[in-house]
Amino acid sequence: MSTMKAASIRLWRTSPATYLALIVGCALSLFPIYWMFVVATRSNDVINDVPPPMLPGAELADNVGRVFANEHAAFAYGLVNSLVVSSVVTLSVVFFSTLAGFAFAKLRFRGRNAMLLVIVATMMVPIQLGLIPLYMLMVKIGWNGHLQAVIVPFLVSGFGVFMMRQYAAEAISDELVEAARVDGCSTFRIYWNVVLPVLRPAAAVLGLLTFMQTWNEFIWPYAVLDANTPTVQLSLSLLATAYYTDYAQVFAATALATLPLFAVFILFGRQIIGGIMEGSIKS
Amino acid sequence: MTSSSVVRASAAAQAAGARDPWRSRLTRADVRFAPYFFIAPFFVMFAIFGAFPLVYTGWVSLHDWHLIGDHTFIGFANYTALFADPDFWNALKNTVGIFVLATVPQLMMALGMANLLNRKIRARTFFRMGVLIPNVTSVAAVGIVFGQLFARDVGLVNYVITSLGLDAVDWQANTWSSWIAIATMVDWRWTGYNTLILLGAMQAIPKDLFEAAALDGASPWQQFWRITVPQLRPTLVFTVIISTIGGLQLFTEPVIFGNGRMLGGTLGQFQTVTMYMYETAFQRFQYGYGAAIAWSLFGLIVVFSAVNLLIVRRAAG
Repeated sequence: MSTMKAASIRLWRTSPATYLALIVGCALSLFPIYWMFVVATRSNDVINDVPPPMLPGAELADNVGRVFANEHAAFAYGLVNSLVVSSVVTLSVVFFSTLAGFAFAKLRFRGRNAMLLVIVATMMVPIQLGLIPLYMLMVKIGWNGHLQAVIVPFLVSGFGVFMMRQYAAEAISDELVEAARVDGCSTFRIYWNVVLPVLRPAAAVLGLLTFMQTWNEFIWPYAVLDANTPTVQLSLSLLATAYYTDYAQVFAATALATLPLFAVFILFGRQIIGGIMEGSIKS
Repeated sequence: MTSSSVVRASAAAQAAGARDPWRSRLTRADVRFAPYFFIAPFFVMFAIFGAFPLVYTGWVSLHDWHLIGDHTFIGFANYTALFADPDFWNALKNTVGIFVLATVPQLMMALGMANLLNRKIRARTFFRMGVLIPNVTSVAAVGIVFGQLFARDVGLVNYVITSLGLDAVDWQANTWSSWIAIATMVDWRWTGYNTLILLGAMQAIPKDLFEAAALDGASPWQQFWRITVPQLRPTLVFTVIISTIGGLQLFTEPVIFGNGRMLGGTLGQFQTVTMYMYETAFQRFQYGYGAAIAWSLFGLIVVFSAVNLLIVRRAAG
């Protein structure tokens, strides 16, 4: 009885108007994605009806079949390539960021602060601005058109190093590092056995963000790769720009390319949200 | 504070040295050089794939440069040509126009949504995930879906507009309409992200500020404008800087909106600076000129960010 009363009071304190506004906001967020899945399950002649259909249909398998049969876009290749690229980049960024973040937070060495400042400054330099020479470099070493062209330049991240430094500075006590030292651990052993387990939550968030970002990367693959070795975003754009009258096929491909991200987001959304909110407090 | 770990570490090394001098030397070397090995990969990779291309862009921009064949040093001729190039000014106008059109409503909406999410609400995680989900979607996918929503004949937006008794809009054909369509994509993708950043900062504001204001009889509306917004100012400017860096490089949305073409509509009404750079370098193969565009864009980003940074200083001080 009393708990019910308390609950109703708590509900009253937030007005229905707040919930209404939040629901409208979320509906606007979700609608284009919902619409994407609706079109992906419909046939082309229905999509062009007036008014357009608002509920999913039964043609998903048909549309997906057309996507994979389309030789021009090499969609299956794109999916596999993106999985490889995103996984390798994510593992590498997490490894090097935790390693350097630990060094900056817990080890003493000459020029530490100046070098940290350089890393923060690199976060301001977007890769797009070096696009032309980077492309020339790739042509020179023969990497253009090959996957390593979209992997190797992204193996480290200034943002990642900075994020791990901030987390390590607070999460790891000096005593822990000292104790491991006294026990005769080498510095790398301390990193691997003591530091890495403590950094795991933050490293997971960095990994998730890196995976999503790499999966979604567009301009650089667009410049350096071609239809023989596409990433999924490149396949998607080839499909969309060449077959833009076959909306059902294009939207089925868009849904397929987005699905892995949603799976990651639904599983780890809480951690990602926490990471974004946390980062802002510290910066 | 971290110096103590070093002192103890060398003490440990000495203790070990009493037993085994060779091992002690190894330990001391490890303590001394390991940090450099740990940070070296970042600097080596950044030097090759980050700093070198950026600097080399500057060098290329001083040449008449083609991928195969000659490159002649021509000094600042590319830059002087750029400042007299109406296509560059058009691209710049489009970029800044779309940027303003996208950023202002985006931050207003984010501020409002963050304020709503900061209340005691049920299903908190659901709402937070709901606003962030557009940010998880790829830019290419956003371009495709919104391109269809804003299509002239069969688009859903025009269907709604004509249902209301208004004339259908040819979104791609005109400057303003194409700017609005592209800004909508940017807004849709980034509002939730900024909402969460602002929400994080809001939760760090001490609660007693609000309690004191409430005791003095301040309404929630007054509390929002007199306490919340001023306390958020540094974070607001941070989000403005992030939006500036991203907004000035706008590329994927307008490219896909224009069916993969770099021209940005029949009259270049939505060609951005990055699209113009791409067109120049990768389609007309004028690398020197393209590099000059890249460096000018970099300069613009630095100037815009510096102005914003000055505002942060003033807001904080």
